[in-house]
Amino acid sequence: MAGFDIDRVAHLARLDLTAEERELFGSQLETIVAYVERISQLDVEGLPATLHGHSVNNIFRADVPVEGLPTEVATANAPERIEDEIRMPRVVE
Amino acid sequence: MEYEVVIGLETHVQLKTVTKMFCGCSNAFGATPNSHVCPVCLGYPGALPSMNQEAIRYTVMAGLMLGCEIANYAKFDRKNYFYPDSAKDYQITQLDYPLCLGGGVEIAALGGGRKTVRIHHIHLEEDVGKLTHRAGCSGVDFNRAGVPLMEIVSQPDMRSADEALAYLTALREMMIYAGVSECNLEEGNMRSDVNVSIRPVGQEAYGTKVEIKNMNTFSGIHAALLFEIDRQKRALEAGQVIRQETRRWDPELGETFVMRTKENADDYRYFPEPDLMPIALTPEQIATWAKDLPEAPAKRRERMVAEYGIPEYDAGVLSADRALADFFEAVARRCGNGKLASNWVMAEVLALTAKSGTALADSALTPEALGDLLKLLEAKTINGPTAKALLPELFEKGGDPAEIVKARGLGQVSDTGAIEAFVDTVLAANPKVVADFKAGKQAAIGFLVGQVMKQSKGKASPQVVQQLLRAKLAALA
Amino acid sequence: MKDFCKMTLTEAVAGLRAGTFTSVELVRALIEAMEASQSTIHAYVTIDGEGALKAAEEADRRRAAGEDLPLLGVPIAIKDNMNVVGQPCTASSHILEGYTAPYDATVIAKLRAAGAIFLGRTNMDEFALGSTTQTSYFGPTENPVARGCIPGGSSGGSAAAVGGDLALAALGSDTGGSIRQPASHCGIVGVKPTYGRVSRYGIVACASSLDQVGPMTKTVEDAALLMNVISGRDPMDATSLDEPVPDYTQAWVGADAQKPLAGMVLGIPAEYYGEGLDPEVRARIEEAKARAVALGATLKELSLPHTAYGIPTYYICMTAEISANLARFDGVRYGLRVPCDDVIEQYKRTRAEGFGAEVKRRVLLGTFVLSSGYYDAYYNRAQKVRTLIRRDFEAAFAQCDLLLAPVTPEPAWPLGVYQNDPIRNYLSDVLTVGVNLAGCCAIALPAGTTAEGKPVGVQLIGPNFGEMMLFKAAKALELPRA
Repeated sequence: MAGFDIDRVAHLARLDLTAEERELFGSQLETIVAYVERISQLDVEGLPATLHGHSVNNIFRADVPVEGLPTEVATANAPERIEDEIRMPRVVE
Repeated sequence: MEYEVVIGLETHVQLKTVTKMFCGCSNAFGATPNSHVCPVCLGYPGALPSMNQEAIRYTVMAGLMLGCEIANYAKFDRKNYFYPDSAKDYQITQLDYPLCLGGGVEIAALGGGRKTVRIHHIHLEEDVGKLTHRAGCSGVDFNRAGVPLMEIVSQPDMRSADEALAYLTALREMMIYAGVSECNLEEGNMRSDVNVSIRPVGQEAYGTKVEIKNMNTFSGIHAALLFEIDRQKRALEAGQVIRQETRRWDPELGETFVMRTKENADDYRYFPEPDLMPIALTPEQIATWAKDLPEAPAKRRERMVAEYGIPEYDAGVLSADRALADFFEAVARRCGNGKLASNWVMAEVLALTAKSGTALADSALTPEALGDLLKLLEAKTINGPTAKALLPELFEKGGDPAEIVKARGLGQVSDTGAIEAFVDTVLAANPKVVADFKAGKQAAIGFLVGQVMKQSKGKASPQVVQQLLRAKLAALA
Repeated sequence: MKDFCKMTLTEAVAGLRAGTFTSVELVRALIEAMEASQSTIHAYVTIDGEGALKAAEEADRRRAAGEDLPLLGVPIAIKDNMNVVGQPCTASSHILEGYTAPYDATVIAKLRAAGAIFLGRTNMDEFALGSTTQTSYFGPTENPVARGCIPGGSSGGSAAAVGGDLALAALGSDTGGSIRQPASHCGIVGVKPTYGRVSRYGIVACASSLDQVGPMTKTVEDAALLMNVISGRDPMDATSLDEPVPDYTQAWVGADAQKPLAGMVLGIPAEYYGEGLDPEVRARIEEAKARAVALGATLKELSLPHTAYGIPTYYICMTAEISANLARFDGVRYGLRVPCDDVIEQYKRTRAEGFGAEVKRRVLLGTFVLSSGYYDAYYNRAQKVRTLIRRDFEAAFAQCDLLLAPVTPEPAWPLGVYQNDPIRNYLSDVLTVGVNLAGCCAIALPAGTTAEGKPVGVQLIGPNFGEMMLFKAAKALELPRA
């Protein structure tokens, strides 16, 4: 299968890979991609896609407030905090 | 060389729902960081979105206001990218099946006359959180994460910075009118990405476009466009090539700057959001919602001019505020004289609201009461000064003008006999003024009218007083 | 009195109701057995003995005060991917270590409202990605019946807990067979409900369009009892459906004593009985078919022609969805963070350290099938093939009431085998993924064992919201418990 660029895919997925992983996953994924490619044998011209687990439309919620989490609880799981915010390294735009 | 400017806008309009797009957290602005959050908008493990129906309804209303076609099938998609303000590291948006398609906004055109800026589509999506840059770190607040945003995408139909400004002004007015957004610019309720390019006049192909991201003031957009158009012209004239890029407007320096370009081109890997089922609105549902839709402001302006015979300027002022226009029309219908109703609403009522600091809606003045008051004036049951004197009372306390007039005996006196007696008294008491009038000082009559009105305790018909005075003075001569 | 740990859920409910024993006695006995088995079976990631005993005391007080609820004082084991407020919820991943759930999943809230107690969190494949429970960051679980073998997965901890008498009943989640396959390997009952039957809110998402929560129990009746509690529309899950919830424990009531399956047509899909089927598994399934006929059912040979495309379609759809669902594990709001001055580097290092090999493989595959230039050939095409697979099932159910098939091609294999052969592992899901792709319901129940004593399960598959029929047939086909 041409085009499986493991570095590009790993970057998109925000995954650092070790040299061994890069090699192992690279070859395994090529095998897997070659295997799943068998769906190309089927003629799917004009078929609708099944995008969901069922086909019921218009499932809505009313615009009514629901109690959320207090700030202390909402930030308690964060690895680092600064005041009431979640701390991150400085983001450069 | 002569250049033509081509501008398209992608405008995010925040909907005024009570809760967020996909969870029950408050949509209110200005709370302390991370106080309007829950597992859903924080992207916690296991949390799922559920669609706020009111956001769908508002978007459909906005679409109907702009003359869009409402899609009979719409769905949400995931746009995948990692960023600290994105709680799930994907944004729920609509890629290829948005809620509204087509439509347009009418504006004053560059060369005079009116033109329509076409709308490509309107889609619905969620906002992200807010990043605050601090010394050595950034802080993330997720209060804004999940706030419902409509993205209104125009066609590249604007040909000047002024047209872009006119489009945004009209769009804002229409969204406020439709009641779907506060469009509060200070709170970032309306943010635009601006696409601008130039091409030699007569050339069909578009020039290379530049995008100016995330602009939240109209004046900023206008200034940024003027700068950018000029920059592109000078670049072309200097033989340079315009690069397709994203730029940032610096309001302090009054210039646009290239934003950092990422080494890897974006690949958002959009796919249908499996957690949300598609939207397939029936024509009946849309028709039910359409009933709540007000007439568009521009249409209303035209109709008010035609229907009530009022000047275009008046119609413009009155229609700018939906509640004021509703009030005016109710008054006009009640009293049967649009011109009179317009004069009173524009001059007297607006002066009262300005002076008292009380909004019309919060006052005791009903359109019925004002209509009745004007009817009394039209029928000459009361005179102008009496009507003006009664208005503040109706504004503060309300009441039925007809009953007040009757109870207090404010009805105007048109009985010539009674007025004649007052006129005679006044003429006898003011020989010097009479002499002045006879000597050609026409203005003197004003004083005499005033004196007669005073004698009648304000109830005499000023027209009758004038007539009688002139007749008597002529006779004296 | 019967050994507490060997009790069925139904027996425990009856005993508590009758006052034969208390919730505290029941919970204490289970905790003891659970803790004793951790060094061998390792069914649990976390055991909350103290919290469970406190809850048991409270349940006993409520019962003494005259309260009665369907599951008052009854302990239920919970797969480690379901949020229970105040408890950890790691989905057996390093990246969620340290995370404390601030909310209850809807199924947990429903069980809680019915009086249930949560005494432990069961081991699983990391993020439910696997079919052996060996991809757990916390180490594998051993099959309590076929010792030395895998318990199956991803709900292997739940299956081992119930099969090893370390829980009365458990909840699992099934994306491509993750309830049915381990149930089959551990000799218990497992239900994959119709998509939309049970709320997914609060279950760490694997593949959103395929996941369903279901019961894993010792008997069909126990499964029906749990289904009564956890089913129904949830406003927090926009894919849950507003279908009435019948009393599933009534499914078999009134059936003919001799011929309870009279009038029922069971479809036998040829593709599920192919060459790869282990002879002993085939023998047990043939016995189940014969029993069904003896009980009054008619068998009908039919075809699910696109079965061979199930695995590739499933691995494209599932990995695409997980690549997005697992993006949120980024070290920002919870869980592991490998600090770094650069945001992008921080993401990459956190995820590199926090995710295991199988998770990385599937995230990479899912990212690839959605990426620009490949979307149409893989993701988009797979969604269309999914339509063909769904239609296969629709056509089958036009000819029969339920399908009868094996759950897995072979019985449980030894721990440690096939670890580095992902395709080999993926292929073992061939008989279960179709149900998830089509959205229909299925149950796995014991069908006997191999000569070596390894459990073999049989699978009944029903149309959407066909759970009543499923329970009726399963109850009739259920073998007496040893």
